[in-house]
Amino acid sequence: MTYLTLSITLIFVLIPLALSKTLNLGLERDTIIATVRSIIQLLLVGFILKFVFDSESLLYIFLMVTLMIVAATQNARNKGASIRGITWKVAVTLIFVEVLTQGILIGLNITPPTAQYIISISGMVIGNSMVLSILFLNRFTAEVESQQDQTELVLSLGGTPKQAIHRQLITSIKASMIPTIESQKTVGLVQLPGMMSGQIIAGADPIQAVQFQLLIMFLLLTTAAVTSVMLGFLSYPTLFNQRMQLIHKS
Amino acid sequence: MTMDYKPAIHFKHVHYSIGDDQILRDITGSFPEGRITTLVGPSGAGKTTLLKLCNGLLSPGSGEIYIKDQAIGSFEPVALRRKVGIALQSAPMVSGTVYDNLSLPLELQGNKLGEKAAVNLLQAVGLDEKYLNRKVADLSGGQRQKVSIARTLVNKPDILLLDEITSSLDRTSLKEVEELITQINRKFGTTIIWITHNLQQALDIGDFTWVLMDGEVVETGESDLLRDPVHDRVKLFVQGGAE
Repeated sequence: MTYLTLSITLIFVLIPLALSKTLNLGLERDTIIATVRSIIQLLLVGFILKFVFDSESLLYIFLMVTLMIVAATQNARNKGASIRGITWKVAVTLIFVEVLTQGILIGLNITPPTAQYIISISGMVIGNSMVLSILFLNRFTAEVESQQDQTELVLSLGGTPKQAIHRQLITSIKASMIPTIESQKTVGLVQLPGMMSGQIIAGADPIQAVQFQLLIMFLLLTTAAVTSVMLGFLSYPTLFNQRMQLIHKS
Repeated sequence: MTMDYKPAIHFKHVHYSIGDDQILRDITGSFPEGRITTLVGPSGAGKTTLLKLCNGLLSPGSGEIYIKDQAIGSFEPVALRRKVGIALQSAPMVSGTVYDNLSLPLELQGNKLGEKAAVNLLQAVGLDEKYLNRKVADLSGGQRQKVSIARTLVNKPDILLLDEITSSLDRTSLKEVEELITQINRKFGTTIIWITHNLQQALDIGDFTWVLMDGEVVETGESDLLRDPVHDRVKLFVQGGAE
């Protein structure tokens, strides 16, 4: 695609701008900011990726993945601000998920250990793990707040903190995983995944593209499960003190 | 008042705060072993907090609580909560059936409650066995409170803490529950500490009473003190009757 062709695609920005202006939605400023930011950010990433891919340096790959994890942690931690030490809990979860998935992919020779594969797949894994963390933390903090009576009931009957928080934890883990599972059920019927579509548009064999997409989908399933479960089990102990009491926020 | 009795629970200069809000101030006194003590006082006096301190759901900010002469902090929390059972005011239920709730205390220990034992418990609190498999969502407030009491009894606690357990009961059910608690007290020597807003109930079934106001114990003694309190604040409260 040439830059001229790309600039014509701005028509797709003009349409929402015109609608916003006509209907007084007041979204013109945000639309323009979003457009300018996406152009700058993606072009910048494009140039950085080209540089990293050409250099084939492990250090640059490591730095790129680290940058992704830092940005994702920063974004996700806000949803769990009430949980003590949430920043490192999210960071450890993202690092574990990244090491686990890349370890399996590279260790079993499923994908080659090149910058193209590691960075692209890491982006999908870390991004998905970040969304899962946000979904889980959002639900978990709400469950803990609304089910305080239940938690206190189990504690009062001689239950441990793990027993007291079990239902809330399981509900939150399930709720955060549902979008991933549901989207996989309808994949190919309702939507074609962006990555697969991109490969097909770029001229790849559709079967090859589907195979790769399946790999990514299975990977994201593991990502979803490991992220929710790990973050859940790292988070719940901080809600209690050593005397097995629910810590009340004053 | 309680000097002649061995204390089941003793409070020594106990304070409890949430942030800058002082909930309990310098609480000192004993709950006699094997007797029924009622806690009365206006809403927000700190009665529920005091019960939660006894069960270990909360810890004092300062001061010490002793359970039968042993500092509460030296108890393992799980063991303490099985020894000192509490029926919470809101009668929270886990989702499922009445049986699921009755069996909960034993399930937390990796066991299950036998059906016959569950039926006996239900009957003890005045509920027919047909309620055993009923969903708790379908129970009335009073029925929930009865299930809550029965559930607390599963652990066979030495000390039973009751937080306004009869507030949603009709007159017949109220009498049944009062009878049950009195029986448990007489038969097993269980120490009962009972928060109530019903002053007549405190007079009828309580051996002793504590009057709490604004986080302080204002008056303690045999339940008869409610007929002729010493302190003006308590007089005013008693004249106002139950809130």
